[in-house]
Amino acid sequence: MLVGILCSRIRVEEKLLFEALKAHGTAYEKLDDRTLIFDLHDPAPFRKYDLILERAINHSRAQYALHILNDWGIKTVNTAHTAHVCGDKLLTTQALRQHNLPVPRNLVAFTPESALEAIEQLGYPVVLKPCVGSWGRLVAKINDRQAAEAVLEHKQILGSYHHSIYYIQEYIDKPGYDIRSFVVGDETICAIYRTSDHWITNTALGGKASNCPVTPEIDALSRAAAKAVGGGILAVDLLEKPDGLWVNEVNYTMEFRNSIDTTGVDIPRKMVEYIRQEASA
Amino acid sequence: MTSCPECEADVPVDNDLETGEIILCEECGAELEVISEDPLKLALAPDEEEDWGE
Repeated sequence: MLVGILCSRIRVEEKLLFEALKAHGTAYEKLDDRTLIFDLHDPAPFRKYDLILERAINHSRAQYALHILNDWGIKTVNTAHTAHVCGDKLLTTQALRQHNLPVPRNLVAFTPESALEAIEQLGYPVVLKPCVGSWGRLVAKINDRQAAEAVLEHKQILGSYHHSIYYIQEYIDKPGYDIRSFVVGDETICAIYRTSDHWITNTALGGKASNCPVTPEIDALSRAAAKAVGGGILAVDLLEKPDGLWVNEVNYTMEFRNSIDTTGVDIPRKMVEYIRQEASA
Repeated sequence: MTSCPECEADVPVDNDLETGEIILCEECGAELEVISEDPLKLALAPDEEEDWGE
């Protein structure tokens, strides 16, 4: 079995995955997305891989590479479809809604004027997020009309073209934490609380991880969310409200360095077992 | 031990570094990417891009 690893920057997660692959006796090759060339008429150089694991840090490169590979019939984890849906918050929300899963209320507008109208309809505070982005970057909590006008003008003048798609979410007054669950195939392998004094709880921004027991509700909702976006290896972000849980986002190239000791679950080993199973299927 | 391409300070390195891995220069704070394992070569890491993430 030969596994390709699509990557560029080698994070702690990639090193842990390389170790887990070695421990399973699985041969692998790194495919650096900065040096790759795809001849769209010749898949032969990639046919030697039983499966390619996507661990790229660039969403756009990952999405196109997976699309090409899947079109050639080469197995990937995750698939191009899953990356396409999860890489865009608007598409993720749509997929979750299509599967009748609980999500915060979202409005979408395409101009600053209609975005302002949408924000006022939703009521302050609201959260404005870029459709494509991660690690909590460029996510804005807008408390009043003056702030809305300022942020919308900044996005219009300074933002790249996709900042003209205004994805507006109701603000969820979290209890100081959210929940991230890890789904591998059809199993919720573990979950963490992400706790922060800041309203953004991403661990990339300093949120602290602690173990979250996987309740039947977390398990069912996490697996359903994973299935809704196309399945694979996924990190599901859940928000707690008094009467249940909401699915907020689903990440397709999940980071997990803070969640192994925290949960006691060998996440890279679980990932490699799944990859080997998929490669052999 | 190798030197930082930004400030030329000595940078202590582990033996298990991978090409593509990022280390920090403790002297100037620059993010450095391992571009070759043998011989060990470091370069300034690329700046974060808008579509980076998980």
